[in-house]
Amino acid sequence: MEIKVLGTGCSKCKSLEKATKEAVEKTGVNATITKVEDIVEIMNFGVMTTPALVVNGEIVVKGRVPSVDEIAKLLSK
Amino acid sequence: MSRFNFFKKSGDKTEGAFFALESQNKLNQKKKNQTKLVLLILTVLPLLIALYHYLPLLVDSFTYDLIKLKPESHLGEAINFFFYDTIKILILLFLISSLMGVVNAYFPVDRLRIYLTTKKIYGLEYLFASFFGAVTPFCSCSSIPLFIGFVKGGIPLGVTFAYLITSPLVNEVAVAMFLGLFGIKATVIYAGSGILMGMMGGFFLGKLKLDKYLSDWVRQIQDNAIQENEEWNGEKTSFIDRLPTIIKDGWDIVRKVLLYVIIGIAIGAAMHGYVPEYFFTEFLSADKWYAIPLAVILAVPMYANAAGVVPIIQVFVAKGVPLGTAIAFMMAIVGLSLPEATLLKKVMKWKLISIFFGTITLFIILLGYLFNLVL
Repeated sequence: MEIKVLGTGCSKCKSLEKATKEAVEKTGVNATITKVEDIVEIMNFGVMTTPALVVNGEIVVKGRVPSVDEIAKLLSK
Repeated sequence: MSRFNFFKKSGDKTEGAFFALESQNKLNQKKKNQTKLVLLILTVLPLLIALYHYLPLLVDSFTYDLIKLKPESHLGEAINFFFYDTIKILILLFLISSLMGVVNAYFPVDRLRIYLTTKKIYGLEYLFASFFGAVTPFCSCSSIPLFIGFVKGGIPLGVTFAYLITSPLVNEVAVAMFLGLFGIKATVIYAGSGILMGMMGGFFLGKLKLDKYLSDWVRQIQDNAIQENEEWNGEKTSFIDRLPTIIKDGWDIVRKVLLYVIIGIAIGAAMHGYVPEYFFTEFLSADKWYAIPLAVILAVPMYANAAGVVPIIQVFVAKGVPLGTAIAFMMAIVGLSLPEATLLKKVMKWKLISIFFGTITLFIILLGYLFNLVL
């Protein structure tokens, strides 16, 4: 599974990255997490509100930081 | 009643499928958590409102009966002011931040963008963009991506500017502080004129044809602007599941500005008790023509958040400075700042930033005169 955290480096983006890491640990899924900070690249995803979470190329969350449980639920789908 | 139905229904289901028992348990657990959340909100919210309502009585009896300060004394007045205002503003800040969080979570950004690109209703697009700026917080998380998103969608630069002007100017912290310290009328005037200024400023800047001063990579995006019609519908988390995060975000905002609120109010309280009436009028009264430009130009390089500034401005007003001058001063502090300029540097050249800042400064000064004339 390929997970991308999109964010320009604001505090919310950091907390999303942290929550995602925790969720991956919790669910035990095999995943790589990359942080995308380049604004041009972020825009290519068509996201207008960061932070956003991309799982296997699909945007699942944008503009907010969900709880660890919620991310875990999204990952185990 | 509906809860009873739920259990009845879930009972039928478990009978039918025994293996689903475990997930059913989980579901019940979730339902229980949700009920708990609703009950918690139903108890805390009226309590907060009651506290807000009886706050003057409570604080009075605290300062004058419990720690026995005299109401006529400067110290008594200052202490009373401090506790009353701090508690009142924290309650307002929490409620308004949470409310704005809900609005934000459900504001259809994508739909707005499609709407702004596909429909040309003269003037109205400026209102929408400006209003949108008012409900979203201005931060590095949202403002730059939104700016690019707008440009990419082929939205005219002027409309994008309307958003960009209002976004830092009208925010939950400023609204809560104004509501707490100046009352509803001043808050409506502040928010309303903020939105109006976004519209006018955006319209004016749009007329100047400034596209060539955008950063090169933004220009490229602009040239390749395409009308996107796809709507994003990946968000399926229900309201009740999102509520805890929204409330937590609201609380985070309160926590972040708590220190500024306390320091601002403490300074304000000290000034309230000790600075004589009409102290500032010498320099800043309405009949001095240079008062507003002076206040605004002094405020532009200042960087402070609304939480710390409004309590001090309130004292200015209490001591004779006209409300219009005070609002203009406040707008210049909150709406224009160096960190904002560096943020904008990513998407525009310095020349455009200077024009942008210059225009807003001018508009704030004009608004200040208008306020003093009308209020």
